[in-house]
Amino acid sequence: MTIGGIRIPAAFSLLIWCAIWEVIGRMEAVFIFPPLSSVLVKLVHILTLNQFHEAAMISLFAFSWGMFWAVTVGVGMGFLMGRVESANKLLGMWVNIFASAPLSSLVPVLMLLFGFGQTTIIITVFLFAVWIITLDTYAGIRHVNPSLIEMARTFGASRVQLYTKILFWAALPEILAGIRMGLIRAVKGVVIGQLLISVVALGQMFARYSRSFLLEEFWALTLILFVFALGLSAAIGWVEQKVEYYAGTRN
Amino acid sequence: MSTQPAIQPADPTTPSIVEVEGIGMIYPGGTVALEGVDLDFPTGEMTTLLGPSGCGKTTLLKIIAGLLEPTAGQVRINGTPVFGPGPERAFVFQDFALLPWATVLRNVAFGLELQGRDKAEREQIAQASIVKVGLGGFENAYPHELSGGMRQRVGLARALCVDAQVLLMDEPFSAVDEQTRRLFQEELLRLLGNENKTVIFVTHSIEEAVYVSDRIVLLSPRPGRVNRIVTTELERAGRTADEIRRQDAFLDTVEDIWQTLKEYLADERMTE
Repeated sequence: MTIGGIRIPAAFSLLIWCAIWEVIGRMEAVFIFPPLSSVLVKLVHILTLNQFHEAAMISLFAFSWGMFWAVTVGVGMGFLMGRVESANKLLGMWVNIFASAPLSSLVPVLMLLFGFGQTTIIITVFLFAVWIITLDTYAGIRHVNPSLIEMARTFGASRVQLYTKILFWAALPEILAGIRMGLIRAVKGVVIGQLLISVVALGQMFARYSRSFLLEEFWALTLILFVFALGLSAAIGWVEQKVEYYAGTRN
Repeated sequence: MSTQPAIQPADPTTPSIVEVEGIGMIYPGGTVALEGVDLDFPTGEMTTLLGPSGCGKTTLLKIIAGLLEPTAGQVRINGTPVFGPGPERAFVFQDFALLPWATVLRNVAFGLELQGRDKAEREQIAQASIVKVGLGGFENAYPHELSGGMRQRVGLARALCVDAQVLLMDEPFSAVDEQTRRLFQEELLRLLGNENKTVIFVTHSIEEAVYVSDRIVLLSPRPGRVNRIVTTELERAGRTADEIRRQDAFLDTVEDIWQTLKEYLADERMTE
């Protein structure tokens, strides 16, 4: 971005938004926006709370397991749909429906099936993330240059070699993009799961803060989650870029 | 009691390493790509499949490679019918088919890697092959850092590495600019001169076909059939590329083939 011929660093626009937030907060114009500075003070405070540590651990546990299964099943299903036409016909429609469905409405049903505990939250995280990972992996496999597959066959590649030495690497940029998007959805999944089900951990904190109009705390917690999700996504994005560098010349 | 070996050594009475008999190919949907193709490819010769686009020349090459299954007929290598790819054949691809995430060295050694050879051994073989195609010093480069001509050298080095008797080349120079293409043709002849390989080469360029090959198979389009086989009688020994291209035999053969191809085009226009 340049203003009047002067190059402005990208982080500058973030600073402008922070300033706007601060000003609106101080004007007390909109009551749901307390000044950013007081939110940041609360943020530091929350980070020291035992309750937050416990909530974060519980949530991280659900997030990690949900993501683990989402990646395992999603990548597997994407490969299957990409390579086997009948599997694609059978699953494709459902994966697309679930990818765009309002999954939050399913959570109460999950609760009936799996109870009020972590299992339901893990399954919620899984359901939020798995479909986009499946779709992206599928797209990646479909994009693999057919010449590479023929090349491997002419040199006598076994089925396992074809998957581990060609297909996986050729589809890796799309698989990583899918995981990155799945990750952000999984963070939503954790919070929505905890809010809707048993009101535990982070969900409980969110519920308490908003019910009691503790808006500084509410925004602080939101910011923490936001930074966590963006940080993870940036980390995957970094790996993605390194992979794109090689895959960018796919001919 | 006599036991017969599974694959017979090349029979001296049939000096053709590759035999194609009654090959037909009908694609799902009913397009007849090839019909009744009978061809022999003599050991150590360079044969070109030439024809306009749509004549099924690449389809025929992929059938010989074992990548496509014909709907009729069979392919024999050293007298034995084959039903898939095999180590006696190596393929050079039109779009190079290099792994973008692997270095030149790993790409060249990839055929050996798939065969399960250990790393030190396959890199040693690959290294020699890289030098042979003139890419010494580029072992650690990635394909996207190379020009089209250099990428195809990698593809060629990879095919030479596995030491197949038959080299199948699918329009290997079509994605390369004209200057590089001519240099590459010369080098290919020089390289193959020392290798004693049987080469089946697909191209749509008449001049390229006449320049590089001993025998040219002209395929007619829709359905692809063998129309004519032209034997080139060029004097290559001790002549420069330009001298070869100025020979009467070269020019006459190019003209002769052009006249035949023109007939196909005229026929096509009539039927349209």
